[in-house]
Amino acid sequence: MDCSEESRMIIMEDFLDEDAAQVERLKRTLTAHRHRRRKPLREADGAPELSPPPPPPPEGSRASMAAAPPPRGLPPVPSASRTGFAEFSVRERMREKLKAARSKAESTLLQQDPGPQRRHLKSIREEKKRVRLEKESDKDEFREMQEDESRISSKVNFRDSAKNLKQKPPIQNNFPSAEEAYNFFTFDFDSEAERVKAGARKRNELNREEEEAEAEDVETHEEGQEEEEETDEDVHLVKDDDLFVLGQTAQDILVMKPAEYESYSEQLQKEKEFLFIPSMQAVPASQKIPGNMQPRYLEDEGLYTGERPFVSPSNLNILENRILRQEQGKEWFGDDGKILALPNPIKQSLTRPPIFSLEEGIEPELETLYRKAIKVTSANQYLVGPGDFQGPFQLDIDILGLIFTHHPCFSREHVLAAKLAQLYDQYLARKQKNLTTLLTDKLHALRNAVQGSVDGGDAAVPKPVAQQSIPEYKIEIRQTRRLRDAEQEKDRTLLKTIIKAWKEMKSLRDFQKFTNTPMKLYLRKEEVNRRLDEKAYEAEIQAEINELLEEYMEEYEKKMEEYKTELQEWKSWNKAQKSKKKKKKKDLREEEESVDDCGPGEEPVKPIPPKMVGSLEIEQQVREKADNFRRKPGEPILIPELVLSGSITPSELCPRAEVLRREDVKKRSSFIKVLFNSKEVSRTVTRPISSDFRVHFGQIFNLQIFNWPESLKLQIYETVGIGSTTLLAEVFIPIPETTVLTGSAPIEEIEFSSNQRVMLDHEGVGSGVSFSFEADGSNRMTLMTSGKVSNSVSWAVGEKGVPLIPPVSQQNTGIASALKNIDAIASIGTSGLTDMKKLAKWAAEAKLDPNDPNNAALMQLITVATSGEAHVPDFFRLEQLQQEFNFVSEEELNRSKRFRLLQLRNAEVAEFRNYKQVPLHEREISEKLFQDYEKRLCERDVIDSKHYLDAHRAIVANYLQKVRESVINRFLVAKHHFLLSDLVNEEEIPSLGILGLSIFKLAEPRRPLKPRRRERKKVTAQNLSDGDIKLLVNIIRAYDIPVRKPGSKLQQPSRQSRSFNEMFAASPSAQSPGENIDWVFNQVSVRPFVEVSFQRTVCRTTTAEGPNPNWNEELELPFRAPNGDYSTHSLQSVKDEVFINLFDEVLHDVGEDDPERGGGIHTRVERHWLGYIKIPFTTIYFQARIDGTFKVDIPPVLLGYSKEKNLGNDRGYDSVRNLSEGSYITLFITIEPQLVPGESVREKMNEMLKKFDTQEDEKLLQAAEKYEAECTSKFPSRQCRTTVIDLSGKSVFITRYIKPLNPPEELLDAHPNSSQTAAELVARYVALIPFLPDSVSFAGICDLWSTSDQFLNLLAGDEEEHAVLLCNYFLGMGKKAWLVIGNAIPEGATAYVLTLEKNQYAIWNPSTGCFYGQFDTFCPLQNVYCLISGDNIWFNIQEYDSPVRINFDISKPKLWKSFFSRSLPYPGLCSVQPEELIYQHSDKAAVVELQGRIEKILKEKIMEWRPRHLTRWNRYCTSTLRHFLPLLEQNHGKDVEDDHQAELQKQLGDYRVSGFPIHMPFSEVRPLIEAVHSTGVHTIDVSNVEFALAVYVHAYPQNVLSVWIYIASLVRNR
Amino acid sequence: MAAAAGSGSSSSSPDVFLVAVSGQIESGQFPEFDDLYCKFCFVYGQDWVPTAGLEEGISQITSKSDAANSTLVWNFPIDITFKSTNPSGWPQIVVSVYGPDFFGNDVVRGYGAVHVPIIPGRHIRTIPMFVPESTSRLQKFTSWFTGRRPEFTDPRVVAQGEGREVTRVRSQGFVTISFNVVTKDMKKLGYEVTPSDMQNHSLVSVTEGIHNY
Repeated sequence: MDCSEESRMIIMEDFLDEDAAQVERLKRTLTAHRHRRRKPLREADGAPELSPPPPPPPEGSRASMAAAPPPRGLPPVPSASRTGFAEFSVRERMREKLKAARSKAESTLLQQDPGPQRRHLKSIREEKKRVRLEKESDKDEFREMQEDESRISSKVNFRDSAKNLKQKPPIQNNFPSAEEAYNFFTFDFDSEAERVKAGARKRNELNREEEEAEAEDVETHEEGQEEEEETDEDVHLVKDDDLFVLGQTAQDILVMKPAEYESYSEQLQKEKEFLFIPSMQAVPASQKIPGNMQPRYLEDEGLYTGERPFVSPSNLNILENRILRQEQGKEWFGDDGKILALPNPIKQSLTRPPIFSLEEGIEPELETLYRKAIKVTSANQYLVGPGDFQGPFQLDIDILGLIFTHHPCFSREHVLAAKLAQLYDQYLARKQKNLTTLLTDKLHALRNAVQGSVDGGDAAVPKPVAQQSIPEYKIEIRQTRRLRDAEQEKDRTLLKTIIKAWKEMKSLRDFQKFTNTPMKLYLRKEEVNRRLDEKAYEAEIQAEINELLEEYMEEYEKKMEEYKTELQEWKSWNKAQKSKKKKKKKDLREEEESVDDCGPGEEPVKPIPPKMVGSLEIEQQVREKADNFRRKPGEPILIPELVLSGSITPSELCPRAEVLRREDVKKRSSFIKVLFNSKEVSRTVTRPISSDFRVHFGQIFNLQIFNWPESLKLQIYETVGIGSTTLLAEVFIPIPETTVLTGSAPIEEIEFSSNQRVMLDHEGVGSGVSFSFEADGSNRMTLMTSGKVSNSVSWAVGEKGVPLIPPVSQQNTGIASALKNIDAIASIGTSGLTDMKKLAKWAAEAKLDPNDPNNAALMQLITVATSGEAHVPDFFRLEQLQQEFNFVSEEELNRSKRFRLLQLRNAEVAEFRNYKQVPLHEREISEKLFQDYEKRLCERDVIDSKHYLDAHRAIVANYLQKVRESVINRFLVAKHHFLLSDLVNEEEIPSLGILGLSIFKLAEPRRPLKPRRRERKKVTAQNLSDGDIKLLVNIIRAYDIPVRKPGSKLQQPSRQSRSFNEMFAASPSAQSPGENIDWVFNQVSVRPFVEVSFQRTVCRTTTAEGPNPNWNEELELPFRAPNGDYSTHSLQSVKDEVFINLFDEVLHDVGEDDPERGGGIHTRVERHWLGYIKIPFTTIYFQARIDGTFKVDIPPVLLGYSKEKNLGNDRGYDSVRNLSEGSYITLFITIEPQLVPGESVREKMNEMLKKFDTQEDEKLLQAAEKYEAECTSKFPSRQCRTTVIDLSGKSVFITRYIKPLNPPEELLDAHPNSSQTAAELVARYVALIPFLPDSVSFAGICDLWSTSDQFLNLLAGDEEEHAVLLCNYFLGMGKKAWLVIGNAIPEGATAYVLTLEKNQYAIWNPSTGCFYGQFDTFCPLQNVYCLISGDNIWFNIQEYDSPVRINFDISKPKLWKSFFSRSLPYPGLCSVQPEELIYQHSDKAAVVELQGRIEKILKEKIMEWRPRHLTRWNRYCTSTLRHFLPLLEQNHGKDVEDDHQAELQKQLGDYRVSGFPIHMPFSEVRPLIEAVHSTGVHTIDVSNVEFALAVYVHAYPQNVLSVWIYIASLVRNR
Repeated sequence: MAAAAGSGSSSSSPDVFLVAVSGQIESGQFPEFDDLYCKFCFVYGQDWVPTAGLEEGISQITSKSDAANSTLVWNFPIDITFKSTNPSGWPQIVVSVYGPDFFGNDVVRGYGAVHVPIIPGRHIRTIPMFVPESTSRLQKFTSWFTGRRPEFTDPRVVAQGEGREVTRVRSQGFVTISFNVVTKDMKKLGYEVTPSDMQNHSLVSVTEGIHNY
């Protein structure tokens, strides 16, 4: 049992005790005297007995129970009120008793087996009984107790609550009224009964509590039991009473009681009292409406009432009946007598498509059923709901049949028959029109009219009018006559042709001796009255003759008139001519002119008088014509009649060819496809072509359509046998008018013809083939397959006689949608919205409900529009509300500095990427913030030569900057592209070996005796902050540090000293001449110390002594990431470098200089810079630690110092030392804590770059990937490169970079005889090209390889470019050279060049130009991973990868795994390198100018760095140094001629000089300044110090510049 | 920082607003696991700076009891104050729960994150927790066997949306956190977080309560 339950129980007990007390009281009052009085009363009540205070109905009892302790609830509120009057002592005792009883009950329960529930239930009942008994025993003890007054009040309370309960049931029943009930309950005995009952229930509760505490699951049974108890409350009451009575006498009683039975009728009667069954009859409207009111129908009044949700009428009636039963039930009805209801809110369409699960084993009710495809209306975006949807519409297409007017299988007879039929059709058509008769009648009428007007018979018509109209009539008559004649002629020819065709046919039939067609032509003769006919004929002819005569007369007169005028003219002209002739004689001159005048002019011809046409002539003409075209008088009228009654010769009697033809026809069949909008929707059945070439289909297709059809087409197909189906023709059917409805549609015949060419080998004439009827083959004709389709297309009529036609309004708009009254936009198109007339029209058509609130806006718009006041915008806006959602206006967004800052930061612009705490207020953002950014933006395209002093370099720098930016942008994109490994740390699946090992590990001791070194924990960079990371630099020892020159006391460099420089082990022995032994023993030692500077923090070691000092000190330098951004990519792009400077500490005894000071010893500490090493931070970051001995970068000349062999002390090591030059320092650098280098980023970038296009062959790339995978699986630490990325971001196979290239001629010419020196010179040239690590410029993401010409143009690149160029040069010089991919100190992963020189391998460092032998211990190259040549890659598969320990013989496949082998031969990849490098000669003048400018800048800088001191320049010294520098360049800083050195010493004898030349490749000014600054020459603060500074720039081809800076400080000696 | 805040409050329009969050990581429901502890940390945008309190914490290990079924109670207090100039990047609490697996290896049992409520008052948040899934069945088995389940490289991953598409996770349980949020100067700076008709915070908590059931 839960403790909470326990506590609850305790509270419960408390309450139960009270109850128990009450129960006791009740019982006491009840038992003795009252119970007898009850019965009489009940009997006295008589009738109401049936409705006794309804033994509280189940609900009621529940409610009272709820008032009493709820089944499992907390103690009810009333308990508190009761405590007031309960006697505490009594309660105490009661509680004791109860507890005892309870514990007893519990113990008995515990004893019982937790058996099945049924048993359990039983036991509870038993228990209850027992408890009751105990109660009674308790009661005995308390019998004497007096009734308390306060109890009455509680009784009343109870009564009231009971009363309340009673009031609730409906009043309509014949329940006792409230009053009655009250009276009933106020009787004492009854309340007592209630009490008892309550008490009993309480006890039930008690039991139940126990029971529940024990087992909750019995609850349901308990419930049932309870109900059971409640149904026969009466019995209980009685029983209880009896019990109590008996209880007085005996302790243990057994109650016997008969089985309960209630008759069904009784039950029914009871039910009748409680239950109400509403009738299903319709409720008359009068009942539903408040009296004397007529139902009012809002809809009729024009108010909008929506569609009501559907409720079945019977249910509605039930509901109405039920409501009417209630009080104020009428309120539920509206004015129209219907139940108030809102419009149906349910959408008719599916808003969500049903979800079908395709899984197996779905329940049967979830199984899917096949349904025919329904047009889901909601799929159409324009449709709002199907309620508004009107489709589908229907188009009925009736295809009756097909008649061929020509078919390849036509026999000759068929051809003729078709012709005949055609002619006959023509004849019939003409006959129907009957033009001839029509025209004849017209002619007669006209003639009569003319006759009439001529006679003047009609007085009504005024004379002049009649006179006027006569010529018009006459013209009319002529025209009509001409027309009639033509028609008559046609008629006659047609008739003739028909007869001719028929004759032909007959002759053909005779000829071929069989008949194919049933066609027969009858000519019906119609006898006429010969006399009448003749008369009419004559009259006609006469009339015509007259008319013609008249006509001709008219014409004649007209012509005569013309003739006369012409004659007149002629005569006058003739006269004039004659008079002229007379004049001629008079005046010769004039004569000439007049001849001139009329000589060539037209000589008027004497007009010919017109001929008179004779009437005889005319008559003859007319008669001839009449003979030709007209029926002769008395000749019978011929009426042709075509009938199909002829008999066809059966096949047996036909010749073979004909039989074949007939068989062929039988094989043929035809069908028609119906195409709707060019889509086949149905096709007819295939029907054979009958012997008369007709096909009957008689099929009607009902097309259900949604859209107005665009086209209707029939395709006629013919099939021959079972074989091919050919498309004969396509026929477009006109889309019927909307008035054409099914039933009234006429049948139309549409002709078609096909251009197919068919030649047949039987009697059939074929199509498109010429044939002839004549025996001699003349008069050939060619016929094409043609025919007619008879069909009818009409709109179907719907159920209610509504034609199923899409709205007409849709016809002209291209989009035909089958909606009308749904959505204005859908139905008239968006453009229609602006066209108000259209909209209004649509509204009228759609019968919009103007009262529907949904349409309110539209209606208003229409009313406004039609009244012509609205201004309709002539644009359409998709998102009208966009404006509302704008955060601020565009201008404000652009103006605000804060928003700008936020935007820039969000765009991850470099300057703002990690900007913290963007100020809240505009005013807090200073303009300065954007200045740098804006400047950068402005200067992007402006080439600033100020910093570069060289236009070319400025351009290059600009270009590089752009490349960098684009790469960084790519990187930013990549940064937001995550791989699983970026987010989730997941263990690799261990291989079997590792698994076994780990199992083995389980057995190993927990604490091994020899503990292994554990790897330091690596830290992911991102959760770091400032100060968390430290750089640990452990300076261990140094070798061969230059020592101070012995010589004079003044520490002047002596001229006897050996050469300062020993860069190359050319002649070490020569430089230890015997004279040096003199000072070996008295040499001044050097006191070196190391200073490490990183990010402006400087740390130094203690000072050690001697040229081989041992410090073993650890220096700790804090690291700060740029912008506090410790993300991986940020760390990768840290540009800071660790400078390890080696100094000599010199103590000057001041006292020595200044004797006046006397007594004390004053010393001054001076530090002299000896050399430095710089290591980029990124190297440390990627390498995690740097451990080794490094060569110190010592200037070639150190004034006052010499690097000497410690001949005396360390002779034993000489052999080793001799191999090396310079000084070395042993270091160990690491980062604490160890950072995880962001390799993933790099890989990801590479991954991404791989996605950029490549021109490599797919197979090659696959092979490369495979090769790389194989290599890395064997040697995971060894990097294998097969493809690299070029400047344009494409993957390129690495061998394409290696190709022999020509070094500058100058360099080769300088040492024509010594290839060794030339090689050195070339290496030096390559090394002079400024170094620009990719990892810094491109944020350590990717390694871009530029080709050698690009490299030379850019004049900047990293190790790979240097190495590639050097390798190519060596190849070009005829050496054997390879590119080495490996690991070097301090640069990390790098590329070197390997050459084979006289059976010895040399390793070249391309960025310094130095070379090392394979067995050189100080070779910076530590590991060799792979070798690359122009045609292959070899991966190092030897055990070791240190150059000293490996064999470079690539021909051994056991040592070197080659990429191209026999299995994969070298495909001959063409190189990406240019054919030849072209070098520009450097501009000498520009170089000189540059030299001057650098010198000026540096001098200014030095003065700037010494703000508190006067900086004096020793010009003399400077000029000396200036002379000295070219020599250094010439000798590559190696063998400086002693003369110049001596000269310097001689000239500056009075000075103590300390200084050195610095040599650098030139890229820009800043590094030069840095280098000068880092030497610290300017820091000297002796008052009388002087400086000397000389700059020399040597130009190599292609603008490669070597810069020498000689800087020295001079202190005058006293 | 305090000075900055002070100066902000003294002037009429402050420069920053402050959000003080206190509360506890109350309990967790991880039906299958026991003996769990949890870590929390806050993730916030660039414009946010914690001025006081702890940004990260690690709780005791708690075991299930018979009394409160399947609930692990930590009652681990949170108390932190932020200042900010921009509501963007509102702080989120990232909770990760760890516990021993069958072999006693400490494995992650859930990651979850929720924003600190923006409305001042008391809030209870129930965060569903999830863990990344192994990429393959074999991985799953080996990770179960070796006790090195896939984990997020950084629990803060769950507070950001970027890159989540590459992961697959499985839900594990729930952690209930109560927050008491106090803000300062938000309204002065124009950020209204309380709806005007809901000034009564008891109402808020009632709705919160309903929300939780």
